[in-house]
Amino acid sequence: MSHGLLLTFELTILVLAIFLGFEVISKVPTLLHTPLMSGTNAIHGIVIVGAMLVVGAGHKDTLTTIVGLVAVVLASANVVGGFVVTDRMLEMFKKRERREPDS
Amino acid sequence: MSREVTNLLYLVTIVTFILALRFLSNPATARRGNQIGAIGMLVAIGVTFAQSEIVSYWEIIVGMVIGGAFGAVAARKVRMTAMPQMVALFNGVGGGAAALISLAEFHNRAPDPGTLKTDISTSIMLSAIIGSISFAGSMVAFAKLQELIGGRPIVYPLQQPTNALLFAAVLAAGIAIAAGAEQQWLIWAVVAGAALFGVLFVLPIGGADMPVVISLLNAFTGLAAAATGFELENNVLIVSGMLVGASGTLLTILMGRAMNRSIANVLFGAFGQLAPVAAGAAAGATDGQVRSATVDDVAVMLAYAQKVVFVPGYGMAVAQAQHDVRSLADLLETRGVEVSYAIHPVAGRMPGHMNVLLAEANVPYPQLHEMDEANNEFPRTDVALVIGANDVVNPDARNNTGSPIYGMPILNVDQSQQVVVLKRSMNPGVAGIENPLFLNPKTVMLFGDAKESIEKLASSVKTV
Repeated sequence: MSHGLLLTFELTILVLAIFLGFEVISKVPTLLHTPLMSGTNAIHGIVIVGAMLVVGAGHKDTLTTIVGLVAVVLASANVVGGFVVTDRMLEMFKKRERREPDS
Repeated sequence: MSREVTNLLYLVTIVTFILALRFLSNPATARRGNQIGAIGMLVAIGVTFAQSEIVSYWEIIVGMVIGGAFGAVAARKVRMTAMPQMVALFNGVGGGAAALISLAEFHNRAPDPGTLKTDISTSIMLSAIIGSISFAGSMVAFAKLQELIGGRPIVYPLQQPTNALLFAAVLAAGIAIAAGAEQQWLIWAVVAGAALFGVLFVLPIGGADMPVVISLLNAFTGLAAAATGFELENNVLIVSGMLVGASGTLLTILMGRAMNRSIANVLFGAFGQLAPVAAGAAAGATDGQVRSATVDDVAVMLAYAQKVVFVPGYGMAVAQAQHDVRSLADLLETRGVEVSYAIHPVAGRMPGHMNVLLAEANVPYPQLHEMDEANNEFPRTDVALVIGANDVVNPDARNNTGSPIYGMPILNVDQSQQVVVLKRSMNPGVAGIENPLFLNPKTVMLFGDAKESIEKLASSVKTV
């Protein structure tokens, strides 16, 4: 596939993702806005894929290795931290727990 | 693994992310959604490992162990009250990763001039600039929220022109690179300049405006990730990044609307500086007196009410009073009092901050009412108990055209029969604005630390 054609496909996907994003996210209630933020935080941790491709490549100099390694560290913190913290939050949202005092 | 198979498996990841967001539309399914998203992320990581381009593994594994361990420990240890800064931190590291990826990509691919296609070098620039701003801005937001630096806006002369000039310079350098000036030092200058801009850009924004800033930085990181996707010609990055970009943008707009201020005003207005002139002029109309009440007075008021609405604000988060609030609410409910919570969209330091805190204290979420719903209830509410909230209940926003927050939708607590305000002292709130609610004849003040006051109220209600 030519480079120009690939670019048009990518742009198509980008635009569709924008509309899909607004559509899906406008259905999230204000109650869950914090988990939405931290959940989307976790999702942009997908940059880890890019960081892996940079640092795992064959021919690279020391600078690339160092920069790439830091990128992997940051992205992994993003992924793990994002999903764990979101899980902790969402675990707390309950309709109604045992009503009697637990003291 | 062939490129086709890789892309198909990345598509699986995309679908899980969309489902994760879809499931967030209901608190009952939200947690499962997040888990599905996490599985999708694992798929993407596994698929990337299996790509033929990747020939060296140890750097990746070392990086993952360090970063993952940090993320896991931080995420497990953090207190719910510290959640805004944690969100800022994780947001920042994502942006930083995107900027670093661009830096490395440029360094690798640009040595021979003309090797980079314009669209690739443009994406590299976009991801470097936006990612770097997001990283540095988030770190400043983190420092403000963690109170490493003061929460008030930091302003100095010629601030906006300086920032504008800096941004223009960064942009110009970025355009030069995209146009073919493939000098290594230029991209370092771009990344460093963008980082400096990120710092300077968040410094003048006050604590009360943090919900907008955090949402915006969230959008930035998403956009940086999407730009990285163009740079690496990778669909999963493009789609995921853009989903986050859309989410952050939407939240930014919602937060701005909840303050009735344009995003530009929030970002460049240095709101919340002490503005004694305006406040003095505005307070002219009210000459009422502040009435302070004892714990027992308030306890009786609450115990014999039919309907009590709790109105939490940032003060509740600071005092860590959410569990005591829940205990007091339980006590009132066993006496047959109807209890609910009125949540303003910008109460606290990030979107939905109060909801998370109260959920942590096991408040059932159907009791957490949004602004519109809550405002319908105030006219038939006996006591509105304001806990560490200030601007979001300030009637000046409704009545006083001279007030800096005029036009902001507020919780109309003054429509209830009685208002009790728990407050540490008579100091103005985070936005530094006088609040005539405190002078309202319906209002009594209960001074002291919110947590202690609520504890005392609970023990006093027991004896009523």
